[in-house]
Amino acid sequence: MYKNKKLKDFEKVIRECVKCGVCQAHCPTYLVGKREGAVARGKISLAAALLDGEIGLDERLQEDISMCLMCGSCVEKCPNKVPTHEIVGAIRRGITEQQGLSLVGRGVSALLGSGPLMKTLSKGGALLSPLVLKKVPESSGLRLRFPSPLMKDRTVPQIAFRNLFDRVPEYTEGRPAKPVIGFFAGCSITYAYPEIGEYMVNILKAMGFSIYLPREQKCCGIPALSSGDGKLVEELAEANVKAFQKREVDYIITACASCNGGIGEYYKTMKGDCSEFTGKVIDFSVFLEQEGLFAQLAEMKKWQQRKRVTYHDPCHLKIQGITRPPRELLKSLPNVEFVEMERANSCCGLGGTFSVYHYEESKAIGARKVAGLIESKAAYIATACPGCIMQLQDIINHAGLTVKSVHILELLAEALAEQ
Amino acid sequence: MKKEVVEKLVEIVGKENVSTQSADKITHSYDATQEQHLPDAVVYVSSVQEVSLIVKLANQHKIPVLPRGAGTGFTGGSLPIHGGIVLVLTRMDKILDIDEENLTAEVEPGVITAELQRQVEKIGLFYPPDPASKEFSTLGGNVAECAGGPRCVKYGVTKDYILGLEVVTPTGDIIHTGGKTLKNVVGYDLTKLFVGSEGTLGIVTQITLKLIPKPAAKKTMLVQFASIDGAAQSVSAIIGAKIIPTTLEFLDAATIGCIRGKSSIPLPENCQAVLIIEVDGDPQMLDAQAELILSIIKPFNVLDTRIASTEEESEEIWKVRRIVSPSLRQVNPDKFNEDIVVPRSKVPDMIRALEAISKKYNVPIVNFGHAGDGNIHVNVMVDLKEDGMEEKIEIIMEKVFEAAVNLRGAISGEHGIGTSKAKYMSMGLNRATIEYMQRIKAALDPLNILNPGKIFIEEPSQSVKG
Repeated sequence: MYKNKKLKDFEKVIRECVKCGVCQAHCPTYLVGKREGAVARGKISLAAALLDGEIGLDERLQEDISMCLMCGSCVEKCPNKVPTHEIVGAIRRGITEQQGLSLVGRGVSALLGSGPLMKTLSKGGALLSPLVLKKVPESSGLRLRFPSPLMKDRTVPQIAFRNLFDRVPEYTEGRPAKPVIGFFAGCSITYAYPEIGEYMVNILKAMGFSIYLPREQKCCGIPALSSGDGKLVEELAEANVKAFQKREVDYIITACASCNGGIGEYYKTMKGDCSEFTGKVIDFSVFLEQEGLFAQLAEMKKWQQRKRVTYHDPCHLKIQGITRPPRELLKSLPNVEFVEMERANSCCGLGGTFSVYHYEESKAIGARKVAGLIESKAAYIATACPGCIMQLQDIINHAGLTVKSVHILELLAEALAEQ
Repeated sequence: MKKEVVEKLVEIVGKENVSTQSADKITHSYDATQEQHLPDAVVYVSSVQEVSLIVKLANQHKIPVLPRGAGTGFTGGSLPIHGGIVLVLTRMDKILDIDEENLTAEVEPGVITAELQRQVEKIGLFYPPDPASKEFSTLGGNVAECAGGPRCVKYGVTKDYILGLEVVTPTGDIIHTGGKTLKNVVGYDLTKLFVGSEGTLGIVTQITLKLIPKPAAKKTMLVQFASIDGAAQSVSAIIGAKIIPTTLEFLDAATIGCIRGKSSIPLPENCQAVLIIEVDGDPQMLDAQAELILSIIKPFNVLDTRIASTEEESEEIWKVRRIVSPSLRQVNPDKFNEDIVVPRSKVPDMIRALEAISKKYNVPIVNFGHAGDGNIHVNVMVDLKEDGMEEKIEIIMEKVFEAAVNLRGAISGEHGIGTSKAKYMSMGLNRATIEYMQRIKAALDPLNILNPGKIFIEEPSQSVKG
């Protein structure tokens, strides 16, 4: 049984905030509004006040607590590594427990039905039928992230007619001596970007690995975590750990940074030991480097007409320190001319369900990337998270640029296809 | 706070920029001292007119006004110790002009220091003051505290770069000091009066800054010594040779003990002091200057020298300095961080005095900082949960300040006095000097509206209540 931590469990780390203010330089929501309530230091002071009984879950507090992308940028730079994103999660769950899904989660539960999502998607011009939509589980983060009525002018992912499970077998036999790779695809890849999942599987297959894509896997839980739905997170964690117990796997690979942060990092913080599962979770770029693929790619003849590509750091990789491998992968590709951009590591603004409730702020946070992107003169912005891809494309569209946001695996697949 | 006052505030800045809600009071009750004092209201301003109207209103109702930037001061400068209106200037964050012909910039007080630096450096200009908090502190706050930083050895502190100010006085008038010219002797030098006045004499709403050409290149060196004396003598020898490096940072043995094994640059057991020396200027002269420095310090117990030849290597050296602060807590949970300053030739004496204090009271004291200008960051590391520690730390602090003052130094080099050092003011200044300062405050702010209770020890009757 895996259980979320409660606010009380964070008492010690909450007291470790020395109020130095470093977080102000790194908090995306602070930087667009310059309000102390939005920054980590402010939220931690509220958390302390909650613990001390000096304040209740009143409206202004809820608003401040809702102003967090849970991106972890502040934690990375905090001298005492106070885990504000986890503390915010605990307060949001507390709010839900006491008042139901209110403010932060308001609307989400009501929108869990298929109707609104269907509308959004059809507005986005998706190839869509009720039959397709039915395949997106009720508990999927996709439904939490894109409830339609709140999402005017929003670039939304299109639900693929044939999802990843329709395209890839549950088990693919590789070379006998090679390890078995469990593939945690996540909702976005499974339903909206199944081609990314296919690239992943094809690359692993070509490298000789056996691949296990269990059908029982569910949403990682990041959107539910963001909206304060603690019970749902617990159910999902339970289901996912179970899903990968059916077959012995050596690794559980992800091609979605958020999923990696969910099943790899967040589950670790839960009560109840699932280290056997989380210990196997690995980001695709880290795995491919470890298996020597980058060196092989670097040997390939560079294309004459290469794509100018820059990279966006997904928060869930950045805070784990995974910033080098994705870049190295891009640099090793024969079809890519890699350029760095300013503010490559600043958040895109999606933040779980943040952009649903704070779309204006979400857009403003994303817009901070535009100048750097233009300056880089890149034609593509590659990243390692489908959520970021979608948000980046939205930012690009709003800025009237022609840049395309892509998954690194798409570029890798292109390079390998030409071989 | 009275309803009519809140209504007036709403009239001035709009409903969405005034709050009397608990959550907002809590999130505007602290600074980096970690002390907490709740205000009665929080107001976000966006223009000088708003600031002026609020201060006038506060005078009418005798309510304290606390100007606040990033709220990252170390001495309580922005704490609402008597309640009142916290007036937040973070949203006045526009760089209004960068003048490449006159080498000046006009900014609003909420501009982040490092952001201005990035913008001017893009066009080959330079704003030198570099407090450790430069990535998040505001220029308004830097002006209020007269912030310093490592580069001040060569380039001077904030006050050396302020040409003019727009200020809302404690009675709500809008005045302009100095101007856009380097020379200006019309009347009193009010600009200097406001820089470092810790928000007690006026609220800065616009700043005219002096810029200089950006140095073409820099060179960073890390030198390890077998003794702190070697490092200290080296500092004296470098300055004595008429060389002023951009920075001259030192780490003492206790500091090195905290970071040993954590830096990519190995710091062996026999390394008892580190100097980080940076020189800047014409790239052709830098190599020669670096060599000269190394030859000057050679006789002083040098164990190892490392010269960065790339930006990455320079970054690696600075990382050694940057991991210091986060590493201190492993010594003890509670840190008392003071920023005493002594004439630079007295740094070795000060270090010895600190070592004696550390030994006598049996508490770890970790020292690092700006050796080049004598500004030492003294970190007394204690566990306040220990019996009698609160009283003991008081005595230790007094001894530290006493030692600095005895060497003709001062109790604060760059953090200011605020609330945390007010009671030590008399250690370095005589009664007449303090009274002179107080008379200025009383004359300009007769009702004691602006940031009351700061710098000077309060008489019980002095304070106004919100």
